Amino acid sequence: MNQDCAELAKRTRLNCLRMVYRGKSGHIGSMLSVADILAVLYSGILHADPANPDAPDRDRLIFSKGHGGAALFATLAEKGFFPEEYLDTYYQDNGKLSGHISHHLPGVEFSTGSLGHGLPVACGMAMAAKQAGKTHRIFCITSDGDCNEGSTWEAIMLAGQHKWDNLTMIVDYNRLQALGRSQDIIDLEPLDRKLRDFNWEVVTVDGHDYAALERAFSSLPLEKGKPSCIICRTVKGKGVKLFENDYRWHYGGITEEIYDNAKKELEEGI
Amino acid sequence: MRKAFNEELLKIAKTDPRVFMILADIGYGEIEPFANAFPDRFINCGVAEQNMTGVACGVAMEGNIAITYSIANFPTLRCFEQIRNDVCYHNANVKIVIIGGGLAYGPLGISHHSTEDLAVMRALPNMVCLSPCDIPEAREAVKAMMAYNGPVYYRCGYKGEKDIHEKSVSFRIGGSAEVKGGRDLTVLFTGTVGINAKEAVLEAAREGIDCRLVSMYSIKPIDKEAILRAATETGKIITVEEHNLYGGLGGAVAEVLCDANVSCKFKRMALPDVNVSKIGSQEWLRDQYGLGVKDILAEIRRMAGK
Repeated sequence: MNQDCAELAKRTRLNCLRMVYRGKSGHIGSMLSVADILAVLYSGILHADPANPDAPDRDRLIFSKGHGGAALFATLAEKGFFPEEYLDTYYQDNGKLSGHISHHLPGVEFSTGSLGHGLPVACGMAMAAKQAGKTHRIFCITSDGDCNEGSTWEAIMLAGQHKWDNLTMIVDYNRLQALGRSQDIIDLEPLDRKLRDFNWEVVTVDGHDYAALERAFSSLPLEKGKPSCIICRTVKGKGVKLFENDYRWHYGGITEEIYDNAKKELEEGI
Repeated sequence: MRKAFNEELLKIAKTDPRVFMILADIGYGEIEPFANAFPDRFINCGVAEQNMTGVACGVAMEGNIAITYSIANFPTLRCFEQIRNDVCYHNANVKIVIIGGGLAYGPLGISHHSTEDLAVMRALPNMVCLSPCDIPEAREAVKAMMAYNGPVYYRCGYKGEKDIHEKSVSFRIGGSAEVKGGRDLTVLFTGTVGINAKEAVLEAAREGIDCRLVSMYSIKPIDKEAILRAATETGKIITVEEHNLYGGLGGAVAEVLCDANVSCKFKRMALPDVNVSKIGSQEWLRDQYGLGVKDILAEIRRMAGK
């Protein structure tokens, strides 16, 4: 599995790099940060069928850090939810793929882009599933910035209150956001303790360690009767030394020279 | 009207297991029958309107009908982006219900007034906007809202409203309801302030001015035919609404007339574009801000040339 995940994540990273370069867009750091998490989720964790993406018993994945949506688009294309040619239209006139994640694509549950929207909706889905006695699971991928939003914390409090153990929040926790280091803007530390205080069960893993991610995702719910949070310690821009741990690549555009060098670095492997 | 709303909703919820109520710690004395009857379809999200709206969207996306419900501007302005991005963009079956449209919570102050809601809600794609004027209309509006698949904004009154209609109301989304026929001019109103329009129209009738009076309970879609008929048949239109002058019923009617290139004498009566800072009851505030019976009557006389 590790090798499959590594290969999927590598292709996702290369696709994201190409999409951002061709689209003259940004957010490459956020995409590379979350690529490994997505690779593991879509390698046997999520119950999601490309041939039947709307199956009622599918697991729901809400991608709340919508600005990194190209990583999900690329992952879904690799897994066959829609043609890979769609990726060429990212950020283009009359394109299939927008700069933020869009539910108009098979396999995408919900559109986001403005932060703080994903977890409340995931809570609603969790409540509805419990009420209907259904066993599918609801996942929500958030980020440092997403956890700045008050609405995210409103949802965290509610989920703990109601013990929705069919809900898992995955934090792509790279400790950087648009204008700098999270600890200098809104220091979320200790995030695990804050969540436990709101009645969540939490584990912290290396968000680039496929085996650790798989172990955490295979242990859900972490505790029966509590929502689960998996804090994934990640490196923003992971895989390209120039981008890694530098907040400027939250927005930064990619020149031809940067593109060529980054592509070479990704192809040669992390 | 609030009581009538909750009674109708409860009736529907008894036969439709898809109905959920998603609250933000508001509804004391009214929502308990629903909460007690359907505890697994009821949730109080705490004082958190953004989350309330997001949760409602998630519930609705699983095939249910989710009602958000709170005072005046709480379920609209505080969580407007959730309504726009989550509810409307996904065309989720969420019904956004406010209690106390306009100045119904008068003495509580501007924090509890809903006076720009029609402008902002009707600017959202996929959103239907309903604004019933009395209890019979409010009951019909609940049925129409619940039968419709998609986002609806429901501007409910508060309590103690007098009936405006004297006969049963035929209600449809995109329709309107004539309260009184007339040939000299037309007063188009929306919401509970219609009681003042009615009194003014009845007084005008005693003075020999024959006004048509129409409740525009559906702000979006709006009854274009009724508006154009009023313009061509009576040549004069006054709009009356308990809402800011900009973007509400008056604006919507003007848009219809301009788009159809139909001209007529036209006057918008609404709250002036000021912060409502005077303190008093809804009725008193209506008088203070130009929506009293005498204000409407004066405008009818002026437009009728009498």
